[in-house]
Amino acid sequence: MPIVLRCHRGIGPAVVGTALVAADNFSARYDLDRINGIFSRPGHKLFGESYVDRILVLNDAKGGVATAWMLHEMMPRTIVPRGLIFNRVNPILAQGAAFANVALVDRFADGDVTELFRTGDEVRVDPAAGLAEILSREC
Amino acid sequence: MRLTDEERAMLAGAFGEVRRWAIGHQIAVGEFFDAAEFVPVSQAHIMADTESLGEGGVRFLEGLAAAPEAERRVRVPAITDPRGIDFAVYRRLGQTEWMAALERRAIAALRAFGVLMTDTCINYQTIMAPVRGDHLAYGDTGVVIYSNSVLGARSNFEGGPSALAAALTGRTPRYGYHLDECRRGTRRFRLAATPRDLAEWGAVGGIVGEACGSYCQVPSIEGIEAVPGSDALKHFGTALASFGSVALFHMAGITAEEAVFAGPPPEAVPIGRAEIDAFLARYAAPGDQLDVVVFGAPQLSLFEIERVAQALDGRRIHPRTTVLITTSPEIKHAADRMGLTTRIEMAGGIVAEGICFYQSYAREMAEANGWTRLMTNSAKLINIIGGYGYRPTLASLERCVDSAVAGHVL
Repeated sequence: MPIVLRCHRGIGPAVVGTALVAADNFSARYDLDRINGIFSRPGHKLFGESYVDRILVLNDAKGGVATAWMLHEMMPRTIVPRGLIFNRVNPILAQGAAFANVALVDRFADGDVTELFRTGDEVRVDPAAGLAEILSREC
Repeated sequence: MRLTDEERAMLAGAFGEVRRWAIGHQIAVGEFFDAAEFVPVSQAHIMADTESLGEGGVRFLEGLAAAPEAERRVRVPAITDPRGIDFAVYRRLGQTEWMAALERRAIAALRAFGVLMTDTCINYQTIMAPVRGDHLAYGDTGVVIYSNSVLGARSNFEGGPSALAAALTGRTPRYGYHLDECRRGTRRFRLAATPRDLAEWGAVGGIVGEACGSYCQVPSIEGIEAVPGSDALKHFGTALASFGSVALFHMAGITAEEAVFAGPPPEAVPIGRAEIDAFLARYAAPGDQLDVVVFGAPQLSLFEIERVAQALDGRRIHPRTTVLITTSPEIKHAADRMGLTTRIEMAGGIVAEGICFYQSYAREMAEANGWTRLMTNSAKLINIIGGYGYRPTLASLERCVDSAVAGHVL
C-alpha cells in the first residue's frame, strides 16, 4: 500500500520519480553545477550527487532569486529535477516552479519531509491534490 | 484569489497574451501562498542576468517582446538588476562572444517592454529609494531586505519572471511582507561587539542568517552602539538575506519599523567578538596564492570605490592577481568623472559597470582565467561563490588590497 502524505496545495503537474533526500536547504545558483547536473557546493549534504530527473526532498529554499529563472533554463536541456518536496519554500522557489512548470509541494501535515521520505523511494507527487505518495521503498 | 473585473479581463486575454501570461503566473504563485488578493505596486526591479536566463529564458523574453507595443509595455517603472556582461571589459575577464551576444538579445527584449536598464542591485542608493509603506515588486534579495528594513517598504523576493509579471500587470499578490502580520519580529539577537568594517557587518549578517534559516523569520538586532551607515546596512542585509533567505530585519531606533512580537519576546542570542572572529576564520587561507580579488555583491557605492582607490594609491597589484570592482552605471560614471577609476586602473585594477561577479558566468570565468582562490570583503559573495568552484576568503577591504599587492592571502 502506498503511504499517502498530505500537504498544502502545490504547483505544477503530477509526477512520479525517485527521491533524493537530505536535511539541507536549496538554491539552484548556490548549490548546483548546472552544466554537469550535480550538487557542486562543498558542504551541501548532496555534494557530488546528480539531481537530474530526481524528486528532491529538502528542508527549505535559501539565498537569492536566480532559481526563479534557473529551473526554466535547465528544462530544455533536460538537466532539471523532476519534482520538489520541501518542508517550506520561499517565494523564489515557488515562482521558479510556476514559471518552469515543475512539480512543487511543501507544508506537510505529518512532519519533517527529510525524515518521512528516504533516498531511493519511488514517489508520486500530486500538487493539485496536495499530496505525495511513497509508492515503493527498498527494505 | 479575489480578482477585480480588470484582473479577470486580463486573465481572459482582454489585454493581450503577454498580460494574460503575467497575471496567470502571479495567480499561481499567489494561490500557493494563500494570497487573498492583489496589491498595486509602484516599481518593479527585474533580475535577468543571462547566466540565469540561459538561451531558453532569452527566447521566452523575445517571444513576449514580439507582441504589439500596447500589449507589452510595462505599467509601472521597471528597472534591472546587474547584468552578466560589461561590454567594455568582458574580454579581459575571459567572457566570450556568445555570452555577449546572448546579453545583447536579452537587453533588446527587455527594452521592448519599456524596462529601464539600470543594471544595479543598489538602486535604493542610486536610482529611487522607496518610502515607508511603498508596495513593490523587487528582485535581488539585498534590494528587498534593505528596502523592507531600512526604508519600511513592502516587497517579497520577486524573481525575474515574477517581477516582470508585476511590471506588466502593475500589481503583485498580497502575501508575505505585504502583510502586517508577517512583519512582526520572531527572533532576537544582541550585538556584544561592534563590527569594525563592512566585512564584519557582513559576517554578523551571515551569523544571524544561519541562525534564522527561513524566509518566515524576522530578526531584531539590539545592542548597536552607533548608527551603521548605508553601506554597513547594505552588507549586513545582503549577507542576512543570502545566508538565511531573510527579507526583513529590525534595529530599534535605526530601521523604519521596530520589532513587535506576536507573543512574549524570545530570548536574545548574543553575538560577540568570538562569534565574528570564528565566522571569518572559516574562510581564512593565509599564504595561499591569490587569483582574484572582488569588490562587489552588492555593487559598490561611490564611498566604497573611493576607499579602494585610496588603498591602491601609489601601489601596483601583483601580476598574477586580478582585482575587479563592480558597481552601477551611475556610480561608475561618477567614479570616472572624479578620477577614482583612473587611480584604480593605474594600480592595475578593473572597474566594471552594470554587472555583479556571481551573475557574470563565474564558473566560466574561473575556467578561462585559472582562478580558484578568491578574496573579498563581501560575506554574500563568500556564501554564493563556493558552488561555482572557488575557494573564498573574507577580509576587510584594506586586507584584500594588501593581499592583492602581495599576490597571496595575508
